[in-house]
Amino acid sequence: MRIIRKNPERISTLPNEPVDLVLMDSLLEKYAGKKGSMIPLLQGTQELYGYVPKTAIEKISLKTGLSESKVFGVTTFYSQFRLNPVGKHIIKVCHGTACHVQNANAITSAIMRELGVEDGATTPDKFFTLESVACLGCCSLAPVMMIGEETYGKLTGDSAVKIIKEIRKSENK
Amino acid sequence: MSKPKIIVGLGSCGVAAGAGKVYKRLLEIQESDPGLFETGKTSCIGMCFREPLIEITDDKGKCLYGDVDDKKLDEIIESHIKNGTPIEKYAVHSDTFSGDEQDFIDNQEKIVLRNCGMMDPESIEEYEARDGYKSIKKLINEDISGDQVIETMLASGLRGRGGGGFPTGLKWKFARGNKSAEKYVICNADEGDPGAFMDRSVLEGDPHSILEGMIIAAYTINATGGVIYCRAEYPLAVKRLNRAISQAHEKGYLGKNILGKEGFSFNIYVKEGAGAFVCGEETALIGSIEGKRGMPDKRPPFPAESGLWNKPTNINNVETYANVPWIILNGPEAYAQHGTEKSKGTKVFALAGKIKNSGLVEVPMGITINDIIFKLGGGIKDGGTFKAVQLGGPSGGCIPASLGSTIVDYDSVNATGAIMGSGGMVVMDETTCMVDVAKFFLNFTQEESCGKCTFCRIGTKRMLEILTRITEGKGEEGDIEKLIELADQIKDSSLCGLGQTAPNPVLTTIKYFRSEYEAHIRDKKCPAKACNALLTYTVNEENCIGCTACARVCPTKAISGKVKEKHFIDQEACIKCGACFDVCKFKAIDLQ
Repeated sequence: MRIIRKNPERISTLPNEPVDLVLMDSLLEKYAGKKGSMIPLLQGTQELYGYVPKTAIEKISLKTGLSESKVFGVTTFYSQFRLNPVGKHIIKVCHGTACHVQNANAITSAIMRELGVEDGATTPDKFFTLESVACLGCCSLAPVMMIGEETYGKLTGDSAVKIIKEIRKSENK
Repeated sequence: MSKPKIIVGLGSCGVAAGAGKVYKRLLEIQESDPGLFETGKTSCIGMCFREPLIEITDDKGKCLYGDVDDKKLDEIIESHIKNGTPIEKYAVHSDTFSGDEQDFIDNQEKIVLRNCGMMDPESIEEYEARDGYKSIKKLINEDISGDQVIETMLASGLRGRGGGGFPTGLKWKFARGNKSAEKYVICNADEGDPGAFMDRSVLEGDPHSILEGMIIAAYTINATGGVIYCRAEYPLAVKRLNRAISQAHEKGYLGKNILGKEGFSFNIYVKEGAGAFVCGEETALIGSIEGKRGMPDKRPPFPAESGLWNKPTNINNVETYANVPWIILNGPEAYAQHGTEKSKGTKVFALAGKIKNSGLVEVPMGITINDIIFKLGGGIKDGGTFKAVQLGGPSGGCIPASLGSTIVDYDSVNATGAIMGSGGMVVMDETTCMVDVAKFFLNFTQEESCGKCTFCRIGTKRMLEILTRITEGKGEEGDIEKLIELADQIKDSSLCGLGQTAPNPVLTTIKYFRSEYEAHIRDKKCPAKACNALLTYTVNEENCIGCTACARVCPTKAISGKVKEKHFIDQEACIKCGACFDVCKFKAIDLQ
């Protein structure tokens, strides 16, 4: 799944939000000394924090002995990794071929209008992050979006907005 | 009379369509009346367009119901289970009468998908009951040598299903020939083509067949370790693979001295990819397993000589491995009976786009594109006309409807300028703009280019800029020639398949739909009415009821009009974003 990022990330512009790095210890221990474990390490880190914090990159570098630039290079190479904090719910609108020819653009623009954010951005209340991805593999249900582990198919702009409204409503109770 | 059994399809597509709810309801009914029926789970049966699906097996045979919801489920149980009368109007396929989609299933020949939708993918016993692990037992019990296995694979004519079409037996022969104490077998399950989901269905529906295929490959080339490189975006597939691996360990199909064969030890683990299309390329994939940026390396040396951790390595994709146990068990002759002279066996295609029956089909090589689209696919959705089919994803090309009689095998498809690829087939109708499609794919490859080769990195970017200009009505004479020139240079100067094939969508659309490019460039018109910048949005005065929805949504306030009065779009202020068109419920926005 390719996540389309509008702005390339640079290490100097990354946020410096305080995170509890102790959480990473068991992860680092699990992969200590194992070759080829860079990607699982980063995946584990992202699972912990929702993104890969700058300080986590420094810590991985320290523990694995690889330079920070190497770790950063791997992180930015793969679209799975985020370097910025995200909202509570990530809305992934599929823009694979099948969804594209079935007008996935209309889904993204309807959600953009509803949330008032650009594609790739997070709402000010940190509730939703809107992303475009290439192919969730549910092409027969196109156009499709995924929120959390849930996949929603055969969408229209209206039905997509309705789903988002319902999520917000159910959590505001 | 034995109890009837009700099976629910719980693949990703099924779950997305609501199969989880149906299964829950089924369990509730069972709890209230435990003697009535047995339940079971299975995975994708390929008929994604009719999900959720349930299958009832009783004394009379099997009956498959589609588009099931709670209400229909209650009716089906009342009529079919309690009274023994199947509800024909809900049935899609049946052993005793003809369901809605009888042809869709009966026109297929299933080898790769032999178990998908037929058994519980989380049960090793069910796999064994369907001839599972018999092939590896046969090799060990009859003491068949690796060389003999290679002979069998060569005789079957199986070619790599990842897209390249390299003979599998030959690949194994090279890997076997290289001596090393450590060797690896890798399964490429990094299905990154947008529009392709064949591998996901096999991984979710029949994980053991892939393990068995890999075990046979390991037996043949004397490999010591195995890795399945699977997309992290397929969480269900990863879960089922891991479960299958631990079951195979318990039963002695993996681990030390497999099935009592002294010295044959082999383990498999699943490596989750992190989202990079280029990692489908074998050297990039190896780099990624090693924890590096997934960038391709120069070949030779090929992985068969120096692959993972610089050891001899054999890489095949999911579909290729799934074929292997069947070939060993049924013999290469049986396999070679399917298909054409140079392309043996069957191929799984993922049908998607503007087609009625989107889903998975497995057909013999040599079937025509028209047969796939009209006989199996049911034709074009919503009464549209078949315009083109995109084969092979971002590396492939668009085959126009006029070439619909082309047969699908590696060589015939290549002759059109497209490639077989892994088997994604996205069908397009008259509302699809071919320039836009070319731009879409180039946008994809441009972003996915790893940046190692200059032409791939910058050339695709320049091509994308030209295509973007054309779709925005800023095309110039000479643009088409410039695109072709760049395309040729990118093909010539790129190291890996990504760059070498990235221009294919552009080249094939120019070849078959040049007039559409010219209409964009010269007349500033998009014949398919898909390129927003070339359209004029006007209010249809007959249909407009003055609901003000368009005026409220217009980002530039270009739309004026009072409640219950006809609205008007100021063309000067209109930025052609299409928001009014999307939001209008009365077909009152015209496109020209």
